[in-house]
Amino acid sequence: MKIGVVVFPGSNCDHDCQHVFKDVLGQYVEMIWHKETLLAGMDAIVLPGGFSYGDYLRTGAIARFSPVMGAVKEFAKKGGMVLGICNGFQILLEAGLLPGVMLRNKSLHFICKDLSVKVENAATAFTGACQSGQVLKIPIAHADGNYYTDPVTLAAMQANAQIVLRYCTPEGKVTPEVNPNGSLDNIAGIINAEGNVLGMMPHPERCAEAVLGNDEGKLIFLSMLEALKGNKKELKMVGA
Amino acid sequence: MKAKIHVTLKQGILDPQGKAIEHALDSLGFKNAGNVRVGKYMEVDVNETDKAKADAAVKAMCEKLLANTIVEEYRYELQ
Repeated sequence: MKIGVVVFPGSNCDHDCQHVFKDVLGQYVEMIWHKETLLAGMDAIVLPGGFSYGDYLRTGAIARFSPVMGAVKEFAKKGGMVLGICNGFQILLEAGLLPGVMLRNKSLHFICKDLSVKVENAATAFTGACQSGQVLKIPIAHADGNYYTDPVTLAAMQANAQIVLRYCTPEGKVTPEVNPNGSLDNIAGIINAEGNVLGMMPHPERCAEAVLGNDEGKLIFLSMLEALKGNKKELKMVGA
Repeated sequence: MKAKIHVTLKQGILDPQGKAIEHALDSLGFKNAGNVRVGKYMEVDVNETDKAKADAAVKAMCEKLLANTIVEEYRYELQ
């Protein structure tokens, strides 16, 4: 598979994503500078974590106008698979590829630690290798992960199983106490109605090989590859 | 013309920075301070002499980039 990892000025998880896809999973990876306007031949696009444009104005607010984002929108519109991690998620929100917005963490702290997230929907192209309800230990590292959207949009996402990952206890209980940032409904990751664009705050690329002591994040990337190959258990794309 | 633009979180949206400052003011003895909201202030030179044109341009800037109207509101004055 050909995976494109977009590099914005200030991206800092781009090489981690490249490493996982290339060295851990043996895929072809192309680093795509934000000035590019074509994504020819790519099977999936990753918007990595970091601090694009220094998080000036709002997280993701300036990156969304990068030349490459026109191509990413076009790619997504045609059904192309797009994964946004952390700052990548924030950019997807600002670009309107996913609904809602990120507010400052309720505690105002930058939080960097391992957390448990529950796979609420294992029938997506990004979670197909997981079991429904499976708890993954994945680190977060952000100051703006307090997801917010209006009640109507939230209800629609809940009804449509678009809330894919939620913060939970290690046993899988979704409680307000384990919500690290004030995120609405403990949201850690959401997918669009068409099922081809996922944004998540936790960093699966930081825990995708055993040598790091945790490879649970690898399931996200494996799911994508399996979905791309189309040889997995029947994929029920949300909303399709 | 110069635009002086204020962007703040809408009422009803939790403003953690505002809350932190509110608590700090309270602990400093400013018992009459409440409902602190933190926002951004921006100045933009707009190369227009016609006020209506400048106004339309600044409004578009706010809607497109300077504010995220899902959670933020903006106001500005032109001089």
